Amino acid sequence: MIEVRDLQKSFGAQLVLDSVGFKIENGESVAIIGRSGSGKSVLLKHLIGLLQPDTGEVLIDGENIVPMNERQLLRVRRKFGMLFQSAALFDSMTVAENVAFGLRRHEHLTEAEIGRRVAGTLEMVDLPGTEDKNPAELSGGMRKRVGLARAIIYEPQIVLYDEPTTGLDPIVSDSIDQLILRVRDRLKVTTVVVTHDMRTARRVGQRVLMLHNKKIYANGTPDQIFDSLDPVVRQFVDGVADPKENLP
Amino acid sequence: MLNPALAKTRQFDTVAVMFRLTANKRVTEALAELGRITLLAREAVLSLLKGRASWRDLLYQTYFIGVKSQSVVLITGAFTGMVLAAQTYFQFHKVKMDTATLAVVGVSMCSELGPVLTALMVAGRVGAAMAAEIGTMRVTEQIDALRALATDPVDYLVVPRLIAAHVALPLLTVEAIVIGILGGYFVSVNLLDIEPTYLWANMLKYTHQSDLVIGLIKAFIYGGVIALIGCYKGMTCRLGAEGVGQATTEAVVYASITILIANFFLTLVMGKLVSLL
Repeated sequence: MIEVRDLQKSFGAQLVLDSVGFKIENGESVAIIGRSGSGKSVLLKHLIGLLQPDTGEVLIDGENIVPMNERQLLRVRRKFGMLFQSAALFDSMTVAENVAFGLRRHEHLTEAEIGRRVAGTLEMVDLPGTEDKNPAELSGGMRKRVGLARAIIYEPQIVLYDEPTTGLDPIVSDSIDQLILRVRDRLKVTTVVVTHDMRTARRVGQRVLMLHNKKIYANGTPDQIFDSLDPVVRQFVDGVADPKENLP
Repeated sequence: MLNPALAKTRQFDTVAVMFRLTANKRVTEALAELGRITLLAREAVLSLLKGRASWRDLLYQTYFIGVKSQSVVLITGAFTGMVLAAQTYFQFHKVKMDTATLAVVGVSMCSELGPVLTALMVAGRVGAAMAAEIGTMRVTEQIDALRALATDPVDYLVVPRLIAAHVALPLLTVEAIVIGILGGYFVSVNLLDIEPTYLWANMLKYTHQSDLVIGLIKAFIYGGVIALIGCYKGMTCRLGAEGVGQATTEAVVYASITILIANFFLTLVMGKLVSLL
């Protein structure tokens, strides 16, 4: 279970998150939505300890990770897989080496077993036979799939997705959404997706959290959020720009 | 209306205070940076002692730092030895000490020029590459990806580079020394017509084991300086292409300056130690 209590984070003088709190149960699938720059990715990075809050607590299975040092966090992070917005593939390695990275570092397996697991995971993300390619040869969608394969190969309990469909065309975005659901259902993982793509939020989230003005502004099922009459939620869901913000 | 003399004094006071504040800030920043590099070194040593680095990464880094730097180091060593021999001969010839030429080359190459020039060349090639590679990894979230994959960047990125640099620098220095002395010998005998037997005998007579040991100790230390500063600059670079560029430049400049300053103190300390033994 993931629990965030009273989280506050500033960068310099700029307050990004203020008294943010929520709970995510095991096996649940949650979409965090909000405008660009609202602090969604910052919040996601706090869940895995990549950023330290100014105040507040982040509990993973009841254990507060905020006071932990980098070494202690490594143990907690083995419960997580994370797909980064840019996929963050290691560009000096092939696809197979990228995907096998976590296995090679943390599990004592034979090369044959690693090869079998890599092939199986690439198959799962619909990229069979791409083991020897370099990240530079892949399209944006393929890179995200390899990033996801790398994140799930060691079967984590929680998978975090940072803007998984940003920069992809609608068809590839749809296939990534399906992939997120496939991973959730096959591996029975807790899923947290940060997105500003309303279609992704609706499809993959059993619950949707909306970040607005540095706080969790709305928290409900996709139907509750998408049928909400609250003007702020409505504006975001409908994608209508505030006339006052329009530049002349 | 303020007295003009008093106004002038106040103006000077303001400038002095601002100057002091700026100087204080720069000193504080420099000390803080030194502290962070020390903490990184401490982390790396702890990781090293616990054997967290992988052999595969270590071998690759040793190949990259050691094997791939050989051409640069050999050319530097050879031409330094040759020019040193020529210049020494031009001066020694005036006092009929031609056959001592190679002795000067031997001592200089072993204890000073070999380690320092090798380190400066490797700082330019390898220190810059380390800062650029790690800096780019930071900018493209690859370092965050490493951490998310439960891998400490110090174990994976810093320790293999640090060990490889510590191992490679002394070996490269030996190559530079050997090729430098051979280059000096070649110039002395073939171009300056110095008697080869006395030339070689004097070199062996005046170049002591301690000169070589001092050179190798220096090279070992400079290897650590290059790797540590290169990795630190990469891991702390500002985001964006400009940040990576600046980190790369600073890695080379800081490593080179540190090597030159450290060389002076190491020469003093080790020279004193040798004279005591």
